[in-house]
Formats: sequence, structure tokens, C-alpha cells
Amino acid sequence: MDGDWGIGGSPERVEDAALLTGRGRFIDDMAVPAGALHAAILRSPYPHAEIGDIDASAALAVPGVAAVVTGRDVAALTRPFLVSVRSAIEHYPIAVDRARYQGEPVAVILAKDRYIAEDAAELVEVDYAPLDAVVNPEAALDESAVVLHPKHGGNLAAERSFHYGDPESAFAAARHVLDIEVHYPRSLATPIECMGLLAEYEPAEDVYTVATHFQGPYAIQPVMAMALGVPSNRLRIKTPPDSGGSFGVKQGVAPYAVLMAVAARIAGRPVKWIEDRMEHLTAAGSATNRVVRLKAAVTADGQVTALDWDQIEDVGAYLKAPEPATLYRMHCAMTGAYDIPNLAIRNRVVVTNKTPTGLNRGFGGPQVFYPLEQLMRRIAIALDMDPLDVIRRNLIQPDAMPYMTPSGGRYDSGDYPATVAKAVQEGGLAELIARRDALRKDGKLYGIGYAAAVEPTISNMGYITTALTPEERVKSGPKGGALALAAVSADPLGGVSVSVASTPQGQGHRTVLIQVIADVLKIAPGQIQVSADLDTGRDAWSIASGNYSCRFAGAVASAAHEGAWQLRRHLTRLAAARLDCDPEGIEFADGRVFKADDPGQGFDFRRLAGEAHWAAATMPQGLPATPTFLAAWSPDVLQPPDEDDHINGSAAYGFIFDFCGLEIDQATGEIRIDRYVSGHDAGRVLHQGMAFGQTQGGFVQGLGAALMEELAYDEAGAFLAGTLADYPMPTACEAPDLHVVHSDTPSPVTLTGAKGLGEGTTMTAPVCLANAVCDALGIDTISLPLRPAKIAALIEDRIEGRTT
Amino acid sequence: MKPAQFDYVAAETLEEALAVLAEAGEDARAIAGGQSLGPMLNLRLAQPEILIDITRAEGIEAGASWSDENLHVGARVSQANLLADPALAARQPLLAAAMPWIGHVQTRARGAVCGSIAHADPAAELPLLLATLGGVAEATSATGKRDIPAEDFFLGMFETALEPEELLTAVRFPQMPAGAGVAFHEVAERHGDFAIVAAAATADASGVTLGLGGVEDKPIVRRWDGLDASGAADAVEALAAELDPQSDPKADARYRRRLVRLIGRDVIGKALERRHAV
Repeated sequence: MDGDWGIGGSPERVEDAALLTGRGRFIDDMAVPAGALHAAILRSPYPHAEIGDIDASAALAVPGVAAVVTGRDVAALTRPFLVSVRSAIEHYPIAVDRARYQGEPVAVILAKDRYIAEDAAELVEVDYAPLDAVVNPEAALDESAVVLHPKHGGNLAAERSFHYGDPESAFAAARHVLDIEVHYPRSLATPIECMGLLAEYEPAEDVYTVATHFQGPYAIQPVMAMALGVPSNRLRIKTPPDSGGSFGVKQGVAPYAVLMAVAARIAGRPVKWIEDRMEHLTAAGSATNRVVRLKAAVTADGQVTALDWDQIEDVGAYLKAPEPATLYRMHCAMTGAYDIPNLAIRNRVVVTNKTPTGLNRGFGGPQVFYPLEQLMRRIAIALDMDPLDVIRRNLIQPDAMPYMTPSGGRYDSGDYPATVAKAVQEGGLAELIARRDALRKDGKLYGIGYAAAVEPTISNMGYITTALTPEERVKSGPKGGALALAAVSADPLGGVSVSVASTPQGQGHRTVLIQVIADVLKIAPGQIQVSADLDTGRDAWSIASGNYSCRFAGAVASAAHEGAWQLRRHLTRLAAARLDCDPEGIEFADGRVFKADDPGQGFDFRRLAGEAHWAAATMPQGLPATPTFLAAWSPDVLQPPDEDDHINGSAAYGFIFDFCGLEIDQATGEIRIDRYVSGHDAGRVLHQGMAFGQTQGGFVQGLGAALMEELAYDEAGAFLAGTLADYPMPTACEAPDLHVVHSDTPSPVTLTGAKGLGEGTTMTAPVCLANAVCDALGIDTISLPLRPAKIAALIEDRIEGRTT
Repeated sequence: MKPAQFDYVAAETLEEALAVLAEAGEDARAIAGGQSLGPMLNLRLAQPEILIDITRAEGIEAGASWSDENLHVGARVSQANLLADPALAARQPLLAAAMPWIGHVQTRARGAVCGSIAHADPAAELPLLLATLGGVAEATSATGKRDIPAEDFFLGMFETALEPEELLTAVRFPQMPAGAGVAFHEVAERHGDFAIVAAAATADASGVTLGLGGVEDKPIVRRWDGLDASGAADAVEALAAELDPQSDPKADARYRRRLVRLIGRDVIGKALERRHAV
């Protein structure tokens, strides 16, 4: 095993040998049981339509077709998914009587192979009665708008308002009040491997088993089980060892798991379904689009004293669990990286005839930081200040840490001004400014943008209940915490086996856990074997399990760290008893456990660790013969929301300060990014190479959202981005080098000192680039994506004065 | 995303391919590299009953050949092979300049020159190049062979003058006049994407030709005799005003018209600069 295996090194990933030699084991590689059927999904071509009769007779007549399952069949065997707000909106995994978005499943065709299933799908006759569709969230709130869920009435799914501090007085006293309106578009993280599953039903025990790369949060597992009408322990989810990326999106496999579990029950045979790229773009899920009106109360010298948010969140056709979580993940951080004491928030959640939303990298962050950081720039222009000075003036100071935000966030650590200063210095901001000034003299369009943000790490399982009123929360019982579990075992030959429910999607969790555990037990990395796939029927898991909200390096690695320490403490006591000395006098180094003051007296780690197996009967008194330690870790800073709606949504908070310089081609409107710098404080970095990869990947996904990606619909609700030709994403050719400037303030909350870092630049890059474009064109605000056609039109209108 | 069922014929000779086409007509489609037809099959936008693979058919040329008048490119020649031809830069500099803009190394390795032309995507480079250079398509059927000039070949989006029983067996790019200058540029959202607007220009002793792709439903070619650099902007401005550019989510008609004006003028200027007396 090559490389420096110490914490913060960059050893080669143990995952890579298999992946690079084509031996990865993805969902489509899993063995298919005899008799399994392959599913194709017939999807609604209409954004909104009543569904009458479904005639499947021609499809069933195709040789090889076993069954056609409709919404009514599924509704008869399931209950609507539970959602976290009170509403009469019923969500099933397939349209029942009415389709509410283009691409919604209408029927499942089960056949002996996928080709036949798709042939037969073309023969299913569905009696649709098209209805008007509404795609604009503000239009959906209009009284005249078509109503998606007549049982619920109206398209407003949920609404809450919040007041923290005294925003009214702050606005009354403000020297300046500045505002901004943003229509943040939809995008999708688009992993290279689409979703897939293999579902089975065992009627003798009423047990559903679904093999799938569902990435969590496993809080959705009970939601799925309740939909199927079984207890959690009769819905067994098994993840394959490898998953080709997710970035949140594979949380969206949950409704399909329920759908295909029921289909397997109806057909009496296992069912395999692999999502294709068109299905993925159309219906896998999406980040929310949001309409934001944000107002700031500002003093004469640029200090922001209050913010007033009005957010209209478009979750698509249904509240798909865990929505409206996108809106509430950032609730505790609505003042960003700034010390702003007064805060008002109005949140409305709206349904429209679009694909239901779900987890996507940055989850809720871009929708918040886009308006906030555009507004900070606007304040600078209005006050004739340097935008960077406005940011600096408002940053939270290091002596305020841990800092309590008005809405209850507890920022654990960080030196924001120092991180900014370091990024400015090492990233070469002065050089970019000089270049901008020189190019502008030549008539070129060059702009510089900034963005500052906090990156929440390790979600509080209770934050979503902030969407409920305090009274409703009392009724449903307090929810909070983020339990991570890790089982650390010594095996009979003294190796160490580790099992975690972190369901990695390609990140390299197993490698990092080897680093963490080798560091605690002082053994060679080759002695440690980690499994990170999950079987909910066998492994330790909880609702917070899974791979999201950057929880791995902080939470899962903390649990593994704790499990390794439990084993170490056990072996310390065993060694002390065998050597007849004090446990304090025992040391671990180089694969040995020995007396600190007499290193010759001791044991090989392997022998000592195997004793629980071989010599259980000879354990010293009071020491159990256990080879396995199950560590549970949940940070106590993650409490349920209090009665005044304060919520600490995440355990730790990283800090990001980005700036960039870019030039716009005046003829074509094309953007050439000159340099993009991301100053990052993610606490202690566990693996340098992966940390860089995460930051770079997060950046490129933010770049895509900024420049070209949009899940667009026309006004009638037709989906316009159904192939990768219509939904371009940046490739290596479009991605500039990212200059990362790391700072390193260990988190006092996590045992590893690490915070997450995979999502931050996805949150900041869109607004940082947009601010630079605004700077280049001399405009206040611009909407995404920053397509050349849009920029060229602005150039014609504002600079060339041409209005053709 | 699986294709509908089809029969697959791996034609061993041109005659065999033509015989299948003669019998099946519109129910058959020829496939070479599959870079255009493959996705259409998987999207079920094309559902032929018979797919005729011509990649091994004898009688269809697999290499490009040069004569004093023409570059002759058979239907089995891949874009990568043509691009690698050592004479290309000197004898067909417009192709040499434009072909690297087609897709990516991987797609050019499979994609056939004639296949792209027969597919007739209005934003693709090769149809634009054949039209700009005034090339000829060779259509062969079981009953004979005919030449179709590029100006008559492209009828609209994905539509050509090929009859159902005809196969595009080769294309010919005429030799450039001595001393001609050429230039090519395109604007696409990403490297390798279909162009939002592509512009190709040639300038010779008697005048200037401008070809535009991505603007309307087929390549647009305009010839100006005696045009020089001073007149280029006005000429292109007038052309841009006449056009009826398409609109889509990535670019509206206004933007396409702007690009026609700006990159059209630009490529004409460059072609004129590169023109030299002989």
C-alpha cells in the first residue's frame, strides 16, 4: 500500500485497483435471480392530465411480457409517502388517476428483458384528459391557477414566517435599504451512473428486499417501509459495493424502490430496473428552483443590521420526502458568514407541474448564497464601496466563535477574516485587479466576482421539523441529532474489520477510514479491511446513515475513530493485565502493544487482538471477551428546534471565500475564466488528494449550474432538457483549474477535527461567477445560467446600444 | 432507451447493400460509424426494420483519394482518417481547419464523413463544408448512380435528396482555386458540441463564398463576386437581416443573427487576408 497513510496524507485509494481494472461492482453488475423480470416505465407525456382507463391488453399479448402494473394496482397495496409537513398532498411512486408532471410513471411493464418491456410500453393505451399546467411558482400561487391537488386545495403546500431579533426596528433605523430579486433555476447533479435496483418480495414472511445504491439519508427507509405497510425490519435495503456517483441524486431512488417492490409482489418474481439517461434527466429529481426577494438594512458604512427573506420554494408536483428540506437545511445559516443580528424569513412551499425535487450537491445552499452574495455586491455599489470591503466589514470575527446565528445556528469554529486574507494573498487578487484595470483601458470586458459562504456539515435530523410550528412539534415529539455508527472488530488473526453505513458513491470512504483507524491503533494499513456497503437487515444503521450533507469526514469518521479507541482501550486493559502493570503505562506503536517504560515487554498487536477469539475463557477478570465494538456518535450540539424556532441545522460549519476574474468576448458573449480561487477552511483535512478532488468536483458542478445547466420547461409544462444534448454539462475542456487555498481550523465538535468540503464550492461558484459577469458588464444582477446568448443580448442593449 | 427490434445485415459488398435497400426502401437504413444513427435508434426516433452495416462492404471506398479536380471520400472513410490525410492541409485547407471542430477524438474515430452528410444535421460541420465548397454527393442505387450537387442535396433538417433505395457512396470536394484563402470559426456551448452558428469562408481571385451552419434548417451559402475587406461588414449585415434563424433554449434568433454578423465578417476577413496572388 503506497503513500503516506498518516492523517492528512494522500495514500492511493484502496478502491481504485478494482475500479481502474473494470472490477467495480455496481448495481447493474449484481447477480440477477432466476426468473427476474426487467421493468420499463411508461411515463406521462403530459405535464398535467387526468388518467382514465389504461388498456394493457396489446402489451400483455407481446411474447415475454409478464405483467403491467398501474397506479391503481400500486395504490391498492401501499399508502402515500409520509411527509414532514401537514398537508393533504398525497404522493405515491406512480401516478394514480392524475399525472402531475411530464415523465411521471403511469405504468410499469415487466418482461423477460428490457427490450421487450420497452416494445410493450409503446402498446399500452392510456386514456389521458389533459389539464392546464402551471410551471411558474408565483403563478401557481395565483387564485386563478390550476390546482394540482384538489384534496389539498390551492398550490401552497406549506408556509411559515420567522422573526429573530428585531428586524422591524433595524429596517426603520437603517440608513440604506437595498433589495434584490432572484429566480434561481433548476439543475441536477447528474452522476455518471444512473439509478437502479433489484426488488424482491418474499410472501412467506412478508419481507421486501431491495438491492440499490440508495445513498440515504436512511430516515427515508421508514418512510418507504410505511408506504409498503411493513415495519422497518421487513424492508431490507442492500447496497452494492460501488456506486458511480450520486451527489445526492440517488436519494431519489426511494420512490422507485417502493414502486418496484410492489411490482415484484404483484408479478410474484424479482424485478430489475435500471434508469436510463432520459429517465434520469426527466424524473430522477432536481434541485429546487426558488424565487427570492431579499432585503438588507444597511448602515452608512456598509454594516448589514438585518435581513428580510421572502422565499418561494418550488418543489415540483409533490412534496417528495425529505422536502421541504432544501428550504430548511440552510435555515440556521440565512445570515451566511456575516454577523447580522436581526432576521425575518417568510417561507412558502409551492407545488407546480414539474419533477419533484430532492437532494443535489449543495442542497439549499446555492439558492441562499446566490441572492445573499449578489446583494452584498449591490450594497457595495450603492455605497460606492469595494465589494470585498463590504464582505470584510460584515464577516463574523474569530473571537465570536462559537458564534450563534439569530436563527439558532452554532458556527463551531473558524477564522473567517484570516481565511479571506490568505486567499487574497496566495490567490493573487492584486494581480487580477491590475489585469482588469489594464484590459478595461483597452475596452475589454473583464470582471471580478466574490462570494463568501458557510458550508454546513453533518445535518441535524431535526432541522426539517422547523417547517412545523412549535405546537405541531410538541405533538410529534422532539427530533434532533445525527447518529453515526461504526463497528470495529478484531478478527482471529488480529486484523481489524470495520463496517460503517456510509454508502459511499465513489468518494473513497474506505481509504480514509483505514487512515483514521491505523492512526489510532498504530497498525499497518494493510491489516485493516473496511466495508462501507450496507445491508439494513444485518448491519448497524440509523436514520442519519448514508452519504449526504458532507457527514463522512466529520460524523462517520468520528464514529470509526471512537470504535477504534474502544478496541484500543480494551486491548490496553488486556495488555496491562497480562503484563501486570497500569493501563496508563501501555503504549501502541508499529503494530505492537507494550510497556512504555520497557518496550521489550509487550505483544504483537495481532496476537493480542486475536485473544478474544482464541482465549475467551482466559480473559482477565472484569474484561469481556468481545472482539467487536460498536461505536455510536452523535454530536450533542444537534438539539431539536426550540420553542422560538432556533435550530442548529448542522454540527460543524466550514467557511469558503471565493473570487474569480473572467473576460467576456464582446462579440460572442462567451466567458473565459481567467482564474478561480477558492479559499477553504474545512477543518482538519484527512486526505489531501480527496479533499482537492471534492473541492474541484464541487466547483465544476457549480460551474455547470452557473454557465449552462438548466432543467428548463416551456410555459405549457413541456420539459426541454431530456437528453444530454439539451442539458450540457461542463467537460474537462470547459473546466478551468481551481486554485484552492486551504486553511485549517479543526472543528472542536468532531472527533477527527474534520468538517465537510464537498458541497461548498457548488454553493459559491454560481454567484461568484455571476458577480464577476455583473462587474464586467456594469450591471446589478443577472439570472442563471450565464449563457452566451443572454450575455450578448445584454452587451447589445447596454453597451452597444443596439436594439435589433 | 433500447432500440426497437430490427434485422441486421452486415453487407459484404456494395451490391448486397443496394439489393437490400432496393427491396426494403424506407424500411431500411444504412449505418457506418453510427454516431448519428445510433442515438436515434436508442431514442426510437428511427425505427428501421433493417439496419445495413456498410463498414465492411467491398465496393465502397474506405480511403480518400485525390485527383486534379477533386478530393473523393468514400462512405467507409471515418472523419479521423480524413483528418489524418497528409495532403489535407495543403489541398483542402478548409476541411483541415474545420474538421477538428467535429465532436471529439472518440466520435471522429467512428463517425463517417458521408454518414454525417447523409444525416444532414443543420448544425453539423460536414454538410456545411460540402455546401460551402460546392461539392457533390454520389448517390448509388441498384439501378445506377447519379451526382447530386450540394446545393440540391440538403433539403431541410435531417432531410436530403437521397431516394429511399439510394446510398450515399461518396462525396467529392472540388479542388480549391490556386491562391484561395479560407477560414472557419464556430460558436458552440462546449467544445465538440453542435454549433450554435458555424461559419466557413473561402476567398479566391474572383470573390468570396460564405457558408453558415446552425442558423436555418440547412446550410446557407452566399457568394459575392469581387467582394473585398471593406465591403464585408455591409454584405454580411445585409445577409443577416434576410435570414430567419431558429430559436432554442440555448440561443435565440437574435443571438444567431449577431453571430452571423460578427463571425461571418470575421471569417471573410481572415479568408481574404490568407488569399494570395498566383
